[in-house]
Amino acid sequence: MTLFHGLMRKPWIWSYLAVAVVWFATIMVTGGASAVGLSKAALTFAAFSVIVGIGQMFVITLGPGNIDLSVPATMTLAGTVALKLMGVDNGMIVPGLLSALAIGVGVGVCNYGLIKLLRIPPIIATLAMSFIVQSAAIWTNRGLRIKPPSLLAEFTTSSTLGIPNMAIVALAVAVIAWVLLEKSLYGRWITAIGQSMAAARMAGIPVDGTRFITYVLCAVLAALCGYLLACFSGGAALNMGAEYLLMSIAVVVIGGTSVAGGDSNVPGVWGASLFMFLVVSMLNTYGLGAGVRLIMTGLIIISVIVVASGRRARQP
Amino acid sequence: MNLRPSSDTIRLIVPALSLASLLAAVFWLQPRAMSYVGLNLLFNLAVPIALATIAQMLIMAVNNLDLSMGAFVSFAACVAATFLHDNPPLGVLILLAAIAVYALLGVIIHLRDLPSIVVTLGMSFVWTGLAVLLLPAPGGHAPEWARWLMTAKPPLMPMAIVASIVIALLAHFIVMRSSFGVLVRGVGGNERSVERAGWSALVARAGAYGLAGAFAVAAGIALVGLTTSADANIALRYTLLSIAGVILGGGEFVGGRVSPIGAVIGALTLTLAGSFLSFLRISPDWQIGAQGAILIIVLALRLFLNRIESRERRR
Repeated sequence: MTLFHGLMRKPWIWSYLAVAVVWFATIMVTGGASAVGLSKAALTFAAFSVIVGIGQMFVITLGPGNIDLSVPATMTLAGTVALKLMGVDNGMIVPGLLSALAIGVGVGVCNYGLIKLLRIPPIIATLAMSFIVQSAAIWTNRGLRIKPPSLLAEFTTSSTLGIPNMAIVALAVAVIAWVLLEKSLYGRWITAIGQSMAAARMAGIPVDGTRFITYVLCAVLAALCGYLLACFSGGAALNMGAEYLLMSIAVVVIGGTSVAGGDSNVPGVWGASLFMFLVVSMLNTYGLGAGVRLIMTGLIIISVIVVASGRRARQP
Repeated sequence: MNLRPSSDTIRLIVPALSLASLLAAVFWLQPRAMSYVGLNLLFNLAVPIALATIAQMLIMAVNNLDLSMGAFVSFAACVAATFLHDNPPLGVLILLAAIAVYALLGVIIHLRDLPSIVVTLGMSFVWTGLAVLLLPAPGGHAPEWARWLMTAKPPLMPMAIVASIVIALLAHFIVMRSSFGVLVRGVGGNERSVERAGWSALVARAGAYGLAGAFAVAAGIALVGLTTSADANIALRYTLLSIAGVILGGGEFVGGRVSPIGAVIGALTLTLAGSFLSFLRISPDWQIGAQGAILIIVLALRLFLNRIESRERRR
């Protein structure tokens, strides 16, 4: 019983319960026929949301107003440049990955540079940066659709022991993020900054350095996701990151991370990502049109946040 | 007699200066723009953006942020191009209901202390979904009066300029001069002290959201008046444009520090930036990027002026 109560008190448990409900609701309609296929697809597509979501989660943990809007542009630029560099050559996979990660580092450094030097709110700084990065992506891409190297395409679309490779990569990222957040000094620092930047500064935490690393980390994860997504979908497209802007914020918040900062939650990002994918596929299975599907998605996001925040009632 | 400008005036100087210098640059590049028709063409699309920016500013005045602005303006445009044209009473009813939903969002966000970013994120899906149901493919017709209003040719000044001035003055009166506006900005500044003083922060927040909804509906109608037809994704970029417009105009994310006149100027600046770049013959690839660069330059300028302001204050 104590185990049960302990579980129920975890903020992420709700997203997993919701995942289970939606999964069953979908399977019921198909008569169990697509149980394996649906689970595999959910794991694969959720993996991309998890990778960007974790980066966004670190940034949101820094406190109110911290958010990275340059995620979609970074994904697109990293995917385009990496694919262009690799050509279709299997030998270039590692340089391609490194170039994508380098783009992530570059965007992250510029993001924080703008925030710090111009003292502008992160929303506007990352927005302005995303315009520039998106332009760079348009300029490098020029409508070309280069195929990824065959080995990489094979890796991103296949499974190991029945689990999609993408899910394994995202799981590894999540485990590292969890260790960073819960067990490392850096994790304690960002949580402290999110709870009170002034107090963190008083306590001698290197606030600027920590925030800098966090914005770089977020951009690097977005770049990694863009690299993998471009290989998974057989080429980079200019709008490939578009849906991940709202998605990365939605999975973080539905996963139980506090938007006010200072309280983050890695398992919740996984639960929320699975949930977001499964909701869309459930509504698809029910044969609903695009309009109804969007409305339902929106209402579900709102109901989740209303229910979830009910547990932490308003302080008097 | 006090000749030193107030800090509100100083806050307005940067946006006004950036608009003026951008306008001067455009005239220098393309002297023919310096005419009635030229100005109208330059600023035509600014009217709906200015209305959406005012709407966003109202939400930001109560320390919230609306990520559904673009989706909502698109929805309003779709209603305007369908129901408001075919069946005006029903169209008006739907738009009023939409404004009521906005006010209700304010109530829910206030009562349950929800993060506005997430609630409006969810609502953006809802509005887009409704817009897709109304107009699955681009189409519809603008109501005659909206078309007439947006293409009217008043003497002396083009419609776009007249409309921008009217919007700025109206919003200035509501937000800076009325007691309701003071209450709204007070909630942004210090919610608790507003409540202690006996006012209802709930009413202020609901009012700010409802008013924002009304301005956003006006933005949708103005947009349809310009484009003559609508589409479910017609205004999606307004979300980011409106936030950038408020910040460019000297507004802040927290603290209820907003400036309606600045917000309209910010919206005009953003619109003009697009024209400026095409006059510069910058490759279309870099147009969005150059807009980002202009945003950064203006904000750097503002930091510079803020420093001067604080130095003055210390003296």
